[in-house]
Formats: sequence, C-alpha cells, structure tokens
Amino acid sequence: MTSKTSPMRDWIFFVVFAIAVLTMPIWLAPIGAGYPDLLQKFMIYGLFATGFNLLFGLTGYLSFGHAAFLGVGSYSAVWTFKLLGMNPVPAAIVAVITSGIFALLIGYVSLRRSGIYFSILTLAFAQMSYNLAYSVLTPITNGETGLRVLRTDPRLFDSSNAVDGPLIANLFGIEMTGYAGFYFCAIVLLIAFFIAQRIFRSPFGIMLRAVKTNQNRMNYTGLNPRPYTLAAFVISGMYAGLAGALLCITDPLAGAERMQWTASGEVVLMTILGGAGTLLGPIFGAALIKYFENIFSAFNDQTLHEIFGFLPDFIEVPVVSVTSLFVGEGWHLTLGVLFMLIVIFLPGGLMEGFSRIGRLFKRSSGKSESRGAAAPAD
Amino acid sequence: MSLIRKPLNRRSILRAGAMGGAALATPTIFTSGAWSAGYLNEPTGAEVVLGFNVPQTGAYADEGADELRAYQLAVKHLNGEGDGGLLNTFSSKELQGGVNGKKVAYVTGDTQTKSDAARASAKRMIEKDGAVMITGGSSSGVAIAVQSLCQEAGVIFMAGLTHSNDTTGKDKRKNGFRHFFNTEMSGAALAPVLKNNYGTDRKAYHLTADYTWGWSQEESIKKYTEGMGWETTAAVRTPLGAGDFSQYITPVLNSGADVLVLNHYGKDMVNSLTQAVQFGLRDKQVNGKDFVIIVPLYSRLMAQGAGENVKGIFGSTNWHWSLQDEGSKAFVKSFGQEYGFPPSQAAHTCYVQALLYADAAQRAGTFDPCAIAAALEGFEFDGMGNGPTLYRADDHQCFKDVLVVKGKENPTSQFDLLEVVEVTPRSQVEYPADMLGGELGTCNNGA
Amino acid sequence: MLHQCRLLQAKSGRTMDVILLQLLNGLDKGGAYALIALGLTLIFGTLGVVNFAHGALFMLGAFCAVTFNKLLSLEVVTTDPTKTTAWGSPLEIRTPYVEAMLGDFGTWMLNYSVPMSILLAVPVMLLIGFVMERGLIKHFYKRPHADQILVTFGLAIVLQEIIKAIYGANPIPQSAPDLVRGAADIGSIFGFDPGVIVYPYWRMVYLAFAGAVIAAVFAFLQFTTFGMVVRAGMADRDTVGLLGINIERRFTVVFAIAAVVAGLAGVMYTPILPPDYHMGMDFLVLSFVVVVVGGMGSLPGAVAAGFLLGILQSFASMNEVKAILPGIDQIIIYLVAVVILLVRPRGLMGRKGVMEN
Repeated sequence: MTSKTSPMRDWIFFVVFAIAVLTMPIWLAPIGAGYPDLLQKFMIYGLFATGFNLLFGLTGYLSFGHAAFLGVGSYSAVWTFKLLGMNPVPAAIVAVITSGIFALLIGYVSLRRSGIYFSILTLAFAQMSYNLAYSVLTPITNGETGLRVLRTDPRLFDSSNAVDGPLIANLFGIEMTGYAGFYFCAIVLLIAFFIAQRIFRSPFGIMLRAVKTNQNRMNYTGLNPRPYTLAAFVISGMYAGLAGALLCITDPLAGAERMQWTASGEVVLMTILGGAGTLLGPIFGAALIKYFENIFSAFNDQTLHEIFGFLPDFIEVPVVSVTSLFVGEGWHLTLGVLFMLIVIFLPGGLMEGFSRIGRLFKRSSGKSESRGAAAPAD
Repeated sequence: MSLIRKPLNRRSILRAGAMGGAALATPTIFTSGAWSAGYLNEPTGAEVVLGFNVPQTGAYADEGADELRAYQLAVKHLNGEGDGGLLNTFSSKELQGGVNGKKVAYVTGDTQTKSDAARASAKRMIEKDGAVMITGGSSSGVAIAVQSLCQEAGVIFMAGLTHSNDTTGKDKRKNGFRHFFNTEMSGAALAPVLKNNYGTDRKAYHLTADYTWGWSQEESIKKYTEGMGWETTAAVRTPLGAGDFSQYITPVLNSGADVLVLNHYGKDMVNSLTQAVQFGLRDKQVNGKDFVIIVPLYSRLMAQGAGENVKGIFGSTNWHWSLQDEGSKAFVKSFGQEYGFPPSQAAHTCYVQALLYADAAQRAGTFDPCAIAAALEGFEFDGMGNGPTLYRADDHQCFKDVLVVKGKENPTSQFDLLEVVEVTPRSQVEYPADMLGGELGTCNNGA
Repeated sequence: MLHQCRLLQAKSGRTMDVILLQLLNGLDKGGAYALIALGLTLIFGTLGVVNFAHGALFMLGAFCAVTFNKLLSLEVVTTDPTKTTAWGSPLEIRTPYVEAMLGDFGTWMLNYSVPMSILLAVPVMLLIGFVMERGLIKHFYKRPHADQILVTFGLAIVLQEIIKAIYGANPIPQSAPDLVRGAADIGSIFGFDPGVIVYPYWRMVYLAFAGAVIAAVFAFLQFTTFGMVVRAGMADRDTVGLLGINIERRFTVVFAIAAVVAGLAGVMYTPILPPDYHMGMDFLVLSFVVVVVGGMGSLPGAVAAGFLLGILQSFASMNEVKAILPGIDQIIIYLVAVVILLVRPRGLMGRKGVMEN
C-alpha cells in the first residue's frame, strides 16, 4: 500500500472523485437514480459511512450504536433551526459539536472494553437513546411524529420576510432542497472525504492501524492506544452528527427511528459491503443500499409488465411472477441475497471487486497505471 | 393562488441553480413540466401519475399489500375498466373514464412504516415520477410526516390508515386530507355502547402504547368513559414492540380494575390481547362484575392475528365488509371478484380516498392542488359505504358514521371475525373544528 | 383525594402479591431469554462465529409449529355453486382432512399441535443447522467477524423473506392445548387469597421446558465424551486441534444442536407470541445482550444473565418504579448491560480473550 500512495496521487484521486460526485445527476440518470432526493441520500449516507469507517476501518472497533450520533445530530440541527433560524451552517456546526460531545461521553465509557463487549456497550447506549427519544423525551424530540420546525418557533436570526416563507433550510436565500440541496451535501461530503483522506495518510491514521493490528504490541511499546481510539471515535461520531444535520438541512424533520439499532446496523453493512478500511468503499456501499431501498422497492407488477412486455406472453407471465418476488415488497430479499453473494465471493467488499476488475484490465492491456490502482484498496 | 408567485421558491431556485453552472445536471424529467407549469408536476401528456406510498416491509406489510390492491382496483375503475365498483354508487357522477381526459397511471413505494423512508419514497414519486398526489400509509407518524412533506412540496396528500387526532388536529395541513376516523370519534362512538353493555360503575385500567397515537387514544377513551361515570384506575405506558407484556398485565390482576383498555395497534395489540386472555382476565370476576377487555381500534388483520382471543371484545372500526348498504356491497363484490377475499378497512379507506381525489380533480377541471383542495373542502357525498359524509373544510377531516364492532363468537370463515354491533351516526361523533388545535395554513401548489 | 387514599391503602396491602407476580414474570422471561441465548452462546463459544441468523432460527422454529398446525388442519375445499359469498365467489365448504380421517385422535392432535410440532421441529432444525454449517458458516470460521455479520445477516433476511412470501406478514395465532390454556391460581396453593396470584399454565410449561432443555444441554456437554471435547474446544481450540481430534465434525454437530435449541425456543413460544416473519429480528438484539452480559462463551453465564435481565425488567415495569423513574422499563436491559460490562469486563462469567478483538 505504501508504495502506491504519494501526495500527488492522492490529489489526482481526490479531483477525479470530486468530478465524479459533482456530475452524478448526469451519469446516474440512466439508471433512474438521477433525482435530487436520492442523490442527497447518497451523499449523506456516504458521509455517515465514511465517518464510521474512520473508526471501524482503521481501528477495527466495531461500533453498533453509531445511529445515536446521527440522531443527536439531527435533533440538534432541527433545534438550531427552531431557535436560531433556517440557515444550515449554524445547524451543521451545532450538530457536529453536540454529537462530538455525545460521542466523547459514550466513547470514553465504551472504549474501556474491546471486541464484542465494546460493540454491545455502544449498542446499549444507542438503544437507550432511541427508546427514550421515542417515548419519555417526547417534549424534546416530538416522539413518533418527529421533530419539525413550526411557524410559532422563535427563529431569532431569521429576517422578517423569511418568517412567512417555507420552513426549509436556506443558505442566504438559496433553499436547500432539490439540486441546491444536493450540491450543498456534495460539497460537505467532498470536504469530509478530503479530511478522511488526510487522516488515512497521517501519522495518526497509521497509529490507529497499529491499534487494529496488534494492541498488545502497542502497549508493550509504552504507547497508550486509548487517546487515539477515543479521538477516532469522536471524529467518527462528528461525521455521523454532520450526516444527521444534512438529513435535516435537506428535509427539516428528525425522527427517533434514525437511532434504532437497525439504522446502526445499516451503516455497518454499508461499510463492510463496500469494503471496510478503504476510502471509497463505504460510499459505494451506502449508495448501493440506498439505491436498492428506493428504486427496487418501487417496482410493481405494472412496471414489470412494461419492462418484460417485449417477451411473448407465455414467457412474460412466469418471468414477471419470479422477478416480482425480488422487487417491490420483496426488495429485502434482493438485499439479503446481495449481502451474501458479495461477502462470499468478494471478501473485501465491492472495492475488492473493483480492484479485481482493475487487475484484469491491467493484465490484458499491459498498462501499469490505471485509475483503479490509485484507489487505496488496503 | 397559482397566479401569485412568491419571490423565492423551489422552482426559481432550481432555475437559478441551473443557470449557475449546473445546467448540465438538470435531467429532463425535472425541467419538462417545470418551466411552463402553473403548478408542480402538471401532467402534460395523456397520463396523470398518482403515488401510492404504502408499507411493503415490516409489521404492517399485509395491511400495505391490501391498500395497494385497493389502489390498483381504484385505478382500474377510474380508467373505466372492470365493473366500476363504487363509482356506480358514489353520489357524484362526474367521473366517466379517466380524469380530466387523462388516463390514470400510478407509481408505488415502500414506507417501511418509518418517517424517513416514507418521506424518501414520497420525494422520489414527486421528484422523479412526477406524481401530483401521494396517498397511503398505515400509521399516524408516517401520515403526519408525509403530509407535511406534501405541503412543502406542493402536492395533495390523501391520508391512508391514520387514526391519531393529530393528523387533522394539531398537525393538519392545507394540502392534506383524511377519510379515516380518529381517536376522538372512536371514544365518542364506543362510550354509549360500553355504557349499555357494562354500565356506568366501572374501573378501567389502560395499557397504552408509548407514542403519540397511543396517548391520543388513551386521552379520548378516558375523556368519554370518565364522562359517563367510569373511573380510571391507572394508565400505564408500554414500550412499542414490547413483545411480552406479562410485566404490564400482572399489575392489572390485583388493581381492583374491572376493565382493561388496550390502546395498542398492530403487533402490540395482537400480543397484549393474546397474553391478557392467557392471564385469565376474560374469565375473571372483579367487584362482582365480569372483567372485560376493550380494544378501541380494531382491524380485521389484527383480529386475524389474535385469533379466538378477540371473541366478545368491543372496539371501533372505520368500515367493515359485512355492511349491507349498496356502496359497501358494491365494493366488497368488486374487490372480492378481483382478489378472492373481502377488503380490509385499510383497503376501503384508500380506495375511497383515490376516488374522492379523482372526483375532486374532475370537478375542478384541473390537477392544480389548490383547486382540488377547494373542491374537496366542504364536499358532501354518499354511496361510499359510510353513509352521508362531509369533508369538513376547517380541518380536512371526513365526518361519517363510525362502526362499533365486537369479536364474533362463531366465525364462519377466516375473514368473518368481527360483527357490527352498532353504526354510530355521524351527528354523535362530530366535534368542533377548533377543539383539536392546529392551523391549516395556506395551500401550496409547488409553483 | 379520598380515592387516592383508598388506592394507597390497597397498594400497601398487595405489594407482596405484586412483587411475587413480578418475580414469576421475571423467571418466565428469564427462562425464555436464557433459552434463546443458549444456542447463540454455544455457537460463539465453540465456533467463534457471530451468528446474526440466530433470530431467524428462532423464527423458523416458531414457523415449524405453524406449519405443523396447518398440515393438521389441511382442508378439503369443495365449492357449492348454488350459494355465494358476500364478494360473489362460490361458497366454499371446508372439511378438515386429518380430523375426517382420524376422528377423535385427529382432534386431539390438533389440540396438542404446539407441543406435538416439536416432533417436526427437531429434525427440521437439525437439517437446517447441518446445511447452514456445512454450506455456509464453515467457510467463515477464519474470516473476520465483520464478514460473519454480513453473511449471517444476509441469510437472516433471506430466510425471513421466504417465510413472508409463504405466510404473509400478519401474525398467525397458535393456541396452547385446552388443558393448559387458562391461568392457574397458584397463590391459593400457598395460602394466599384465591384469585390473587394467578399465572398462565402455558408460561409455567414454558419455564419448565426451558429448564429441561438447558439442563439437557448442560448434561450433554458435561457427561459425554463428545461434550468434553467441545468444552475443551471452547477453552482452547488450537490445542484440541493439535491433539488430532477432528474438531470440524463436532462443530457441525454443535451448530445443529444450537439450531435445534433456538427452534425449540421458538416452537414453544408461539402460544405466548403469535409468530410473524419478523419475530427473529425483534429477539436478535436482546439475545446478543444476554450472551454478552453473561460473558462470551460461557453457558452458565448466559443462563444467569437471562434470568437476571428478565427479573430486573419485570421489576422495572412496576408502576411504583416507573413513577420514580419514568421510562426505566424501556431501557433497563441496556442499562444493566452497561453497568455489568463496566464492573465485570468480560460479563458475568466470560473468559479472557474470547471475542475481545
């Protein structure tokens, strides 16, 4: 891995990535994903998974409660809207700070244990947050219905004509919905990705990898790994909080189910599916899961008949009835099968698949340089 | 409303964004209608797209599947196919195959009974598929979340199954409409029946699902039962999805209460009722009276899940297939012939909502949400299975008869689990519009 | 005011009953938790696999009971064209097959369908466990835990979607045999007033059943040579491997046993909780918490943790406790888990080095 990285390569890699992200509305349109909401979700969950990967991919600590930080970020963002006004910047800053503090508290306690004991501690904290937010803390979280901005809220810094405007986050007049929202999220993701890339390459990142490889040996060298892992945990929690804030910036509603264990599990799956420990993998994993959730669930018998309409009837009917098991209300089945296939055949996740294709390509063309190789698939 | 343009809105920002270098990025679906349209997603071709947003995974998946069946049937009937169903009995005769000369098409999505997923799915329908109306859902949290989304985006929301007062109370919206009844009406309809059957000297113990719908239900039932002289011994909150309710049921045994009210829905209700009956509560004698259990909101699917435990237990429901009016008979026949079994109340309310929307669009002569909202407000109709019904303009809530039902002692089939005890007339469940609070706000057509 | 006074008086008089009842609840819950967690900790401890499909095995067991019941109540459907239903299709006349064939014995079988379905569940779950281990899990022993989570989670989704496709998403009620359907007035046996301490028969059956299964698994591991090897494997797998013992084949058997235990827990739970396709996921988190609180790889630990969490959860749900700490019943399990893991680094009875990295 070390032989393949250099500051120059990283820069090229980042610029290519940035161009790919910013042109997503064009090249994702043919597969039906080129609409603002899904693009925003790609960015936001990509950010969430990137943050998770900073902890799990580098240190190997598997947190099963990261959704708590997503939720805390969301709630703080909406409360900032309610109190201060609809500008996304303060909301994002407040969300990062509160989720960072929350992560510091939970991380300080949870990191006293390792392995599965650590996972269960984080899970327990997240589940407690979820259960309380759903019921007892309703005055703060608005429970099942979810926290929203209301016309009666103070919104201190909103100008008087904005008070009557729609209750949507706006950055100096630009409403954070549609493509404007997407580009806002995309820029945040790019900044966060850049930071993640720096962390991966920094001495701090190397230290974290050392924790993963052998904590005992690290202890023998007299270095205490705790501060490093705690820092990684807090940074990762801040990423999650920022992702939570973005969810509310593009759509000002914060619901408790964002903190449920299934949401924590989802980010774990995204990261492993894409390739834990790689920079791009978690973003691919996030996009893949969100794509299935939004596009595969939308197929119904009508659309299937349209798709397979070219087939003769006696083939079309069985084809439609078989495929309908995997789409629409059966989209979970496709997801489950996909999880199994990828982990069985591509132990390193999607990134391993890409690098295998990349290697094939290299071998056949004889070129030693390709963009795929620049991706640090470590 | 559609003529007045706000200085800064979604559309103009998009335009600004497009000019600001993102022009390449704007896909055709988004620009096609947007430049000339007077309102969001104005249908320009031969079709109009409706969005059916129902739970397809999770605990309410079967209910969602039934809703989707009803919608597909409604689309068929609206396009002049099939036997016409409720269009034959509906008091308004405007619809004659298609709506405003356009064929009805639809897109579907999965709410997962989660606010985030439901909103994402509704957004896809609006942003990608060009839906002018979103409908469906099986829980109040989702209904309220999607309703406010539709308000912000500028399309009509026709709520599916949502029973909390808040949907057309505290959280009502100008773009949102509900045909289903609410906890307030459940309380008003149930109380007289309970009084006749169980008398006025009762002590009630509430087990309440610990979220907004549960609280709404508990409050309404308490209000009406205490109004007729019942005493509330305790009201205990239970976590959503508790599974095993034994630790909440045992305190009931020796609390001195002689009525147990289960403010639970879905799986919670199935489990808590099954377990309460196992604890012998239905056979118990307290204060010299038979102990009774009440389930304020019933559905046939839940009754199926709880099996024989529902026998003799009172509750309320929006509609039941055994009703004998012309509308109900026509709908049951139409649905039954298509799918081979009778429709659930969720299917009924969704079917009716789809028809009501189409009728309003036809009467308004446009799909402009504001014109449709105006056509629905104060609309009086009949022949939909619930007797003469009013879409009240002040809160967008339908007022109609409410059914009080009881678990049947000797069911003849797996669908025949509830019997209608009383059809509580509309006048008895009406309440002043300002009672539940909230503001409708102004209509938004997304332009 | 007067009403409150009366309530208070009544309360102090029956505190004892309430506590006793909650203790019973706690034992009952604990039995269920321990039984569900038992198979999971067995797989953890011996195979070192994080099995997210464990909940799905529990659910499959429950659906063995459903299937058995459906098989028994298979009906011959004949239509009567002269009569129609409300929705216009011809009226169907259904005659149960088994009852028609076997008469009274058929009725008896139907009545006892839940306990009888153990006969179906044991071979089915053995087979599922065997196929799962040979076909999938075996290849993941050396893979990171993250991969194990992903593959077993994927499998769990696939299994539950298959059940959903067959049986739908709605819960399917299963009733306990008539004999043990109601509630027993156990208080009166011990000299309490009649009708004060009543508890459902089936829950007591479940508790006894859980105890029996747990005892059987312990006895198997304690008193058989096979069990001895497995225990040795749990303690130090490498050394056992060095001794030339074919540990692989034993792993298959252990996995199959774990699947059967999970399945049996599911079968017997159906009268308490009408099964639906998602019930496994609902129990998954809980069973992991129980296993970890008990200590990784420790069977007695899992059992102790099951009972501890069950009892504490019951007491936390008492109105008197909730009045002081609102919402405590919602988080008690997790709170206890945190406290125990902080006080005892490896849970109640965990050993050093198991699943710590």
